[in-house]
Amino acid sequence: MSKFITGNHAVAEAVRLSRPGIVAAYPITPQTPIYEKLSETEASGNLEGIMMRMESEHSAMAACISASLTGARTFTATSSQGLALMHEMLHFAAGARTPVVMACVNRTLALPWAFWSDQTDSLSQRDTGWIQLYVENNQEAADSIFQAFRIAETVMLPCMVVLEANFISHFMEPVDFPEPEQVNRFLPAVSLPRRFDVENPGFVGAVVTQKQYRQFRQLSHEAMGLTLETAEEVDREFEAIFGRGYGLIEAVETENADLVLVTSATITSTARLALKRLRAQGIRVGLLKIRLFRPFPTAAVRSVLDPVATIAVIDRNISLGREGIFCSELKAALSNSPVRKRIQGYLAGIGGTDVDDVLIEKIVQDALNRETFSDGPVWMEED
Amino acid sequence: MTTMEEKPMDILRPGHSACPGCGSAMSMRMVLRALGSRAVVVVVPSCVSIIAGPFPNASANVPMYHAAFEVAAASAAGISNALKTQGIHDIPVLAFAGDGGTFDIGLQSLSGAADRNEDIVYVCVDNEGYMNTGIQVSSATPQHTWTGTTPTGNTRRKKQIMEIMAAHRIPYAATATAGFPEDLMEKVKRAKSVKGTRFIHLLSPCNTGWKIAEDMSPKTSFMAVETNIFPLYEIIDGLHYRLTHKSSSQPVEAYLSLQGRYNHLSKEQIRAIQTETDRAWKDLRQKCERGS
Repeated sequence: MSKFITGNHAVAEAVRLSRPGIVAAYPITPQTPIYEKLSETEASGNLEGIMMRMESEHSAMAACISASLTGARTFTATSSQGLALMHEMLHFAAGARTPVVMACVNRTLALPWAFWSDQTDSLSQRDTGWIQLYVENNQEAADSIFQAFRIAETVMLPCMVVLEANFISHFMEPVDFPEPEQVNRFLPAVSLPRRFDVENPGFVGAVVTQKQYRQFRQLSHEAMGLTLETAEEVDREFEAIFGRGYGLIEAVETENADLVLVTSATITSTARLALKRLRAQGIRVGLLKIRLFRPFPTAAVRSVLDPVATIAVIDRNISLGREGIFCSELKAALSNSPVRKRIQGYLAGIGGTDVDDVLIEKIVQDALNRETFSDGPVWMEED
Repeated sequence: MTTMEEKPMDILRPGHSACPGCGSAMSMRMVLRALGSRAVVVVVPSCVSIIAGPFPNASANVPMYHAAFEVAAASAAGISNALKTQGIHDIPVLAFAGDGGTFDIGLQSLSGAADRNEDIVYVCVDNEGYMNTGIQVSSATPQHTWTGTTPTGNTRRKKQIMEIMAAHRIPYAATATAGFPEDLMEKVKRAKSVKGTRFIHLLSPCNTGWKIAEDMSPKTSFMAVETNIFPLYEIIDGLHYRLTHKSSSQPVEAYLSLQGRYNHLSKEQIRAIQTETDRAWKDLRQKCERGS
């Protein structure tokens, strides 16, 4: 069934169809419509699980973790300050190997206060051990929720579906939703270990030695490695059933390209448009969209970019004192590449400013005509 | 006389990692015995989580979860609700947190759970300071008390956690201490029989932090009650107060003089503690009279 719907409501509908046992949440702009829609769903008797209306995001994540350990499918949603407040529990969720699924609606972090799209909130959770998927539009947001539950519950790691404030959260687009039976086939009823069995008591979260700690971390890292394969398999299976697939990355006309533009999330859509126009002008430019950020799909990225000499990366985020975070990740992933690279990072759309096709073309022209590639980022000014 | 057959099974097993004579270990043993083995227990960083044992050992024979410091209540609530989605309604979920994890860093999460009337039993094991990290002041440390971070005595009053919990109108709140084992276990059983958020404020002497001998936990706990420093009572629905033990109202000095952490007290300070204890005791008795 197709609905004309905001990204937030698309996420809420996908969550309903995924049948979580526990939804624990707390309001924050611009995530709130997800929380409200799920509350309406519960009030109308159409939510299978229990809604916990928490007193903070920190407690919401704590409740999701313990409910997940009990064996429930769990979901929460947040943004910005809420995600930052959760930070301690994000590490905890990954350490407990709980497949909690979260929708993170990217929003600027204070100070200064603002409400617009900026990816630094989710990207600064990079090292918490969460799987992160960055989505391009409302359809991908909904579809990624179904995939996130499947991936998380297979590898036993938490998964974040990241959608941008306003551009996805509040903009309306037509979204196809599968029938409940189709979802049930793709995502069967929850079957997680029930860690609190009174017939077989155990202790979850005991203190460990140095060596045991290292061993646990190594196991989690291996699970992240497994996630690369799992996410690909899950996406393939999803495509076979629903006719839509996204991959870990997506390469558009990258073969024989003089320059490849690397993007994530909504900037990708606009870049597709800019690409067409540049190609029509005879400029050989390709596009690489990064959808899975953690684990970083290094092999997939290298298979596309190893032969490419010139790369421009657009980031709607910044690690202050360094550069855009996708850019840093990309440089690290390509450091063993046999072909010498010239990589230029561009900061565009930080603070939620509009990144239109003209700005993207300007970036491509700048990179193509650049004599020296700087280690730091180039700040692009909005029109 | 109790025979071997009648002796209740202990859920807290011997060989745990508490200090010798620990009041908290004694309290845990009583709470778990009264709760029974069909229960899930949440612990948070505190002496209790250390007593629970290092991996792969576990001192308690119930399913246990060592959550983060400030989320004992939220974590217990998550388990309680998740069990309900599995059709399990007869397994109580108990949270153990220290005074730091309750009065200070965990107060928000506890207040949230109490506000939602989550179906959990919350036991605050109050040893009046951060004893697991050494001996530092918390908002449960009484006035004038020595700790490592109040070397000349604590200037703040002890936070009135029972009044805070009563204000949430939770179905059941009670004070208890290991010096009165029957009273303590009776309260745990009563809490178990009620639905909703239940709170037990359990005073737990710390031999190290209170500077008392290894065999003095029960006596010190007993004297806290008999001097009205820590009266034993319960509050139903946040409104109805009931004393569960009639104390002999001995002078506070009989309690304070047992503990090295009060060695520095002047006569004026002892008098001030007596005055405040008398005022609070009178206030409590009035509430109990109103509630009956």
